[in-house]
Amino acid sequence: MSEIREIRLTVNGKSYQGRCEPRKLLVDFVREDLGLTGTHIGCEHGICGACTILFNGEAARSCLMFAVQAEGAELLTVEGLAKGDEYHPLQQAFHEHHALQCGYCTPGMLIAALDFLATNPAPTEDEIREGISSVLCRCTGYVNIVKAVAAAAEVMRGARQPNPAND
Amino acid sequence: MTEHGTPYVGRSLLRREDRRLLTGRGQFIADLELPRMLHAAFIRSPLAHARIRSVDLSRAAAAPGVALALSGVELARLLPPLPDTQLSLPSKWTSRVEHEFHNPQQPGLAHDKVRHVGEAVAVVVADSRYAAEDAAELVRLDLEPLPAVVSAEAALAADAPLIHEHLQTNLFGAFSMGKGDVAAAMAGAPHRLQRRFYHHRYAAMPMECRGVTALHDPRTDSITIWSATQVVHWVRREVAAILGIPEARVRCVALDVGGGFGLKGHVYPEDLVIPFLARRLGRPVRWIEDRHEHLQCSAHSRDQLHDVEVGFDDDGQILALRDKFIVDCGAWNPIGGGVPYNTAAHLTGPYKIDHLAVSARTAATNKVPNTAYRGAGRPEAVFAMERIIDLVAGSLGLEPAEVRRRNMICAEEMPYRPGILYRDGEPIVYDSGDYPGALQKALDAVGGVTVFRQRQQEARRQGRYLGLGIGFYVEGTGVGPFEGATVRIEGSGKVYVSSGASSQGQGMETIFAQIVADAWRVAPDDVIISFADTAGIASGSGTFASRSTVNVSAALHHANERLRQKAFAIAANLLECAAADLELRDGGIGVVGVPGAAVSLARVAHAARPGWDHGRPQGIEAGLEETYYWEPPTVTWSYAAHAAIVEVDREIGSVKIDKYAIAHDCGVVVNPLLVEGQIAGGTAQGLGGVLFEDIVYDREGQLLAGSLADYMVPTAGDMPEMVMVHQHSRSPLNPLGVKGVGEGGAVAPPAALANAIADALAPFRAEFNTTPIKPEQIAEAVRQAPPA
Repeated sequence: MSEIREIRLTVNGKSYQGRCEPRKLLVDFVREDLGLTGTHIGCEHGICGACTILFNGEAARSCLMFAVQAEGAELLTVEGLAKGDEYHPLQQAFHEHHALQCGYCTPGMLIAALDFLATNPAPTEDEIREGISSVLCRCTGYVNIVKAVAAAAEVMRGARQPNPAND
Repeated sequence: MTEHGTPYVGRSLLRREDRRLLTGRGQFIADLELPRMLHAAFIRSPLAHARIRSVDLSRAAAAPGVALALSGVELARLLPPLPDTQLSLPSKWTSRVEHEFHNPQQPGLAHDKVRHVGEAVAVVVADSRYAAEDAAELVRLDLEPLPAVVSAEAALAADAPLIHEHLQTNLFGAFSMGKGDVAAAMAGAPHRLQRRFYHHRYAAMPMECRGVTALHDPRTDSITIWSATQVVHWVRREVAAILGIPEARVRCVALDVGGGFGLKGHVYPEDLVIPFLARRLGRPVRWIEDRHEHLQCSAHSRDQLHDVEVGFDDDGQILALRDKFIVDCGAWNPIGGGVPYNTAAHLTGPYKIDHLAVSARTAATNKVPNTAYRGAGRPEAVFAMERIIDLVAGSLGLEPAEVRRRNMICAEEMPYRPGILYRDGEPIVYDSGDYPGALQKALDAVGGVTVFRQRQQEARRQGRYLGLGIGFYVEGTGVGPFEGATVRIEGSGKVYVSSGASSQGQGMETIFAQIVADAWRVAPDDVIISFADTAGIASGSGTFASRSTVNVSAALHHANERLRQKAFAIAANLLECAAADLELRDGGIGVVGVPGAAVSLARVAHAARPGWDHGRPQGIEAGLEETYYWEPPTVTWSYAAHAAIVEVDREIGSVKIDKYAIAHDCGVVVNPLLVEGQIAGGTAQGLGGVLFEDIVYDREGQLLAGSLADYMVPTAGDMPEMVMVHQHSRSPLNPLGVKGVGEGGAVAPPAALANAIADALAPFRAEFNTTPIKPEQIAEAVRQAPPA
């Protein structure tokens, strides 16, 4: 098709290097070339948000970017949230509040929520609803996702410790 | 049970499946990589109705990386079509209900005509999806356009173009049912009212599209299929039949499935074509549906037009009901007549109506096939019935809740026989429940009718329009024909369970572990749930129709009970006592009243093994495994009252949901947290359906909702808080007393919202008998009917 390009980037704190066509979508590169299949594809046209990742610290749709645009970038995907077996507070809150059912949107939802809480650490319910509206969930009606994001915000502010006994 | 003897059933255990899904380690169909795997891309029709003159694959076949390019004409010579229906109704139904069906058989790829935009006419297989799509663009279709049929009414008109010429009609099916003497009762009714209701076309829209991967083993001529499906055993059945290989040589597995909601509840052409290609090419082949394909080839739903007449008296008592409805079925009818019959059987819902006549017709159109989606015919029935109740109330100047109460079946009348048949052919029996109680709880949860009416009056004086709407449904759940469960106690003492049911997010690995943990007094983590794999159990129905908790829990109960007797016989041998003296203890079997005299399940399993030095008593066969197929006597009836308070902006037509309450009853609850999750998710789909989601076709049958930018799935900001109140009327029809819950949430919201919006705009005499109810419809209704 066209010349193969080399890409070096950092994902979840680890250096990667891959080769692909310039037209390859970033999400396909992350999933197929780097083997990180936690990031999902729901529409490939930038609406559903399942493919949301952090790109140099900001939420981005990895289906609307080419892999070559990630040269030298730092990405965070769902695989990079937990520390070993220890959940990130968002993961813990999603688990405790039953904020996922099929789990397909969950990686994008977690990353979108992480990005949102970085800009608004103490949101109201309405702000949470607005803040995570970039990711579609078809299972939960968002009820428990909103609760989980509120609970995680509290933990991340240091106001409350997560309760590992419930895990 | 736990050490303290508290059962796991009834507790909000957190889900066992969460960890992999939260950490990116779930495995969905698109995550499965096989060595030497090829990728398929389908070439789909850009026209709604056309004759296929030719499909030129020459350039595609020569494109880089292409292994095969195949047209429908070629495939038709190699592969028979799909069956005319995948879900037949039982002879008890066909012999008792007046009906006719004319279902065509869909080919794997279209070869004579295309019948909807998106129907596949050819397939290209290449070494990457990118290469397959490049090649697909090189396929040249020569199509001769034919007039498109884009509504059910037009399809049934005398001069309508035929979609399936050999049927000589666009009528896929028709039936009539009812009770009493509607003509006489209607003629004698003091009041009559007629309305037309249209419940529009929308779709399940799981966040994961469909996908199929197939691997052929030439040594044994066997096929393994991984499909994002709700019905692995159906896929196995159809693939075996079409490829002409024994079912024992076909295995179908569903991995983590990213939502189904009924859309993944039948076999699609791709489920058959991909295994065929893998066998022909001798390499694994996969196809992952993209969202554009999904919107134009995965099933849509609803799309029913009802003409209803009701007769009633001065008190609002309904005396007679007549409903003639037609279903816009799209180009094919893979699951037959079940959905429209659901509509008919659920029409009268919680109300006592002695005289009923329903006739239904299902019409072929040039659209995507219409199949079951969460609710499966019930939302349409409830929309018509619940609007009728409000219209009756409005015409008499009565409170709609009061008209409901006057017509409702009371708790004292349970079990209640409405005098019609269910789709399993059995006379319907509402087995338990308190319908007026649920209605009252939902109304109380939004603050009560009296308080609301005062608020509504005050608001109107300020030029604000508030409305209260109710949607009440009853739902037959846990339909047959059967579901099975295999239970095996392994040498490790772990309890292994398999079944034909499969999860698309419902949390089955958690709830069935709770049930089995109670049955064996082990921890849920000691229960291994292995569903959605035809290798796990010989026969299976699948997960759809709010049926899995009901049927699998019953199958488990009986399998566990048989296995317990066998385990006790072996334990009695080991402990040198009588089986009657034994009891289950945490993780083992012990002698009643003798602490310490016990054997672990692992020891019993070890003693049960075949071979030398086993520990079985004489006459007990080797192994510790039982399979039980539960065939439910009929369905068990869940129900709920949904109450909505909305504020409507008459100028811009916007609807704000101020309060939304649900009073629900699904019998004994296995896991309250998960039940509430099911209800909330279903409710959001119903609200999205009535307010935002709309599969729009133009007059030529072009799909105008071809992306998620056009098809509006609700976001978090669009959805309200939901208040839930529960009633628990045990089902007498299964051992655990459970009723189904998966679909219910989606059934009532369209009715509740339409009633609430109509109530808000009552000063404008606006009626909302058509969905979706979007701002433009509201603003138009207000413009058309200025205040009196």
